Amino acid sequence: MIEFRQVTKRYDSDHTALRHVSFDLDRGELAFLTGHSGAGKSTLLKLILLMERPTAGEVRVGGQLLNTMPRRQIPYVRRHIGAVFQNHQLLFDRTVFDNVAMPLEVMGVSHDDIGRRVRAALDKVGLLSKEKMNPVQLSGGEQQRVGIARAVVNKPPVLLADEPTGNLDPELSADIMHLFEQFSQVGVTVLIATHDIALIESMGRRRLTLSRGELRTGRPVMAGGGA
Amino acid sequence: MNRQPRQTADRRNRGAGRNRTSLRAVLASYRAHHLKVARDSARRLLEAPVASAMTWAVMGIALALPVGLLLLLASLQGISAGWESAARITVYLEDRASGESAGQLQGELAGRDDVADVVLIHRDQALAEFRANSGLEEALDYLDENPLPHTLLVTPVDDARTAAGVDRLAAELESLDLVTRVQVDLGWLQRLAAITDLIARAVWVLTILLAAAVILVIGNTIRLAIENRRDEILVAKLVGGTDAFVRRPFLYTGAWYGLGGGVVAVLILQFAIWWLNGSVRELAVLYNSEFSLSGLPLDGALGLLVVAVAMGWAGAWLAVRRHLDAIEPGEIAGAG
Repeated sequence: MIEFRQVTKRYDSDHTALRHVSFDLDRGELAFLTGHSGAGKSTLLKLILLMERPTAGEVRVGGQLLNTMPRRQIPYVRRHIGAVFQNHQLLFDRTVFDNVAMPLEVMGVSHDDIGRRVRAALDKVGLLSKEKMNPVQLSGGEQQRVGIARAVVNKPPVLLADEPTGNLDPELSADIMHLFEQFSQVGVTVLIATHDIALIESMGRRRLTLSRGELRTGRPVMAGGGA
Repeated sequence: MNRQPRQTADRRNRGAGRNRTSLRAVLASYRAHHLKVARDSARRLLEAPVASAMTWAVMGIALALPVGLLLLLASLQGISAGWESAARITVYLEDRASGESAGQLQGELAGRDDVADVVLIHRDQALAEFRANSGLEEALDYLDENPLPHTLLVTPVDDARTAAGVDRLAAELESLDLVTRVQVDLGWLQRLAAITDLIARAVWVLTILLAAAVILVIGNTIRLAIENRRDEILVAKLVGGTDAFVRRPFLYTGAWYGLGGGVVAVLILQFAIWWLNGSVRELAVLYNSEFSLSGLPLDGALGLLVVAVAMGWAGAWLAVRRHLDAIEPGEIAGAG
């Protein structure tokens, strides 16, 4: 589902964020992306979301080569990728419902379908009762779950998460990880960037470790989901 | 099910390669989305009534000024058109023409189909008038004989009062025996026309400058709105919003600013015309004129609103083109 082939990303100032990174993630696979801050985790996620373009190498999502994707096509690629961020990126000028509805709105989904699918997503993360609230009124863990509901509301085949448990206590973190596992079980490819080592150990999933822009992994890269 | 409508619907949709229900659903959803965006944009403007009202006022004044001047100009052109119809032809007879032959010619001309009225000014009468009005009384005393000819003032019938008709009549009169010179008294009308033409050009220059100002004001207002809604733009782009989707609320906002500005402009104009017309009529009465400022007709008012909306939209488009594309969600995930 996600393929990296000898991907290098160099920023202008002699700063090379990624060097010759290659890996594959299959459909329904859940993997962790780890490394020190500055190791290139965010850059890697940005390449998948087409926020950045690789300097060299090939990035494919769902078999589509992203390198040469024209700017106009970028929104349609992003509709197939759900993204969850440490700082949620929720909008505080609207309700939880309206936040979650955004990916459906940009796709032009009809009003009735939006209502049905947003409630399904909120139900999935256990926040159905709070749809009319402003995200400001929610706790950090709840806000993160709203972010997850927004990322999965249009049932994307790929789900990316950048430090999704960064500010959460272990119990909430485990809840969130359990949600991600459920998505991978229904065929969603999930890639989670985190440095919560304890959590990764407890999950026993595949691990991609970045160090100074290079992929170092103790486990075989081509191995399947369970590792 | 009725076959006929289905066939036409199929034919209509063939190009789109979609079946009827899905195309209809897409269109319905598209329309619903536009309505929602239009409503949201309007609501945002009304939530900041003072700021919105100020933008509307700026735009209204900038629109009312040139439109008001154009209306004034139209009124002036109305006068010159009215006075043109009163054009008279002055026919000077040769010195040798006697009083009797002048009277005879007067009768002949009065009989013409294209002549409404002929007034004979006898040379003695003309001299007396000249003596009385010119202040050259003493100079005239030195003359041996009356230097002035008999004069006929010919008023054409209504049908002949076009520029071409008057010219033709004047040419025919000039070719007559006894006639030495024909003068069509349009000089001051031409001067008025030249002045109105000059004013018209000045007004158009002003109009273009103020239109540019309006577009820039709206553009700047929209730029601020874009800055205020930066987070929303980032998220919309992140979840796959197309450029068109992200632009739409701002274009609607621009259009609403335009509409509000247009309404203010119409109100200013109607009030100003109503207020000025009292004095204008008094003045016109003193000049024996029916002149009054023409108000803004309904279609003119609607046209002004349409133009105002288009200008608001254009201003928003400029801002959106310059600033929206620059907002990319690259910064969202932080460096690393």
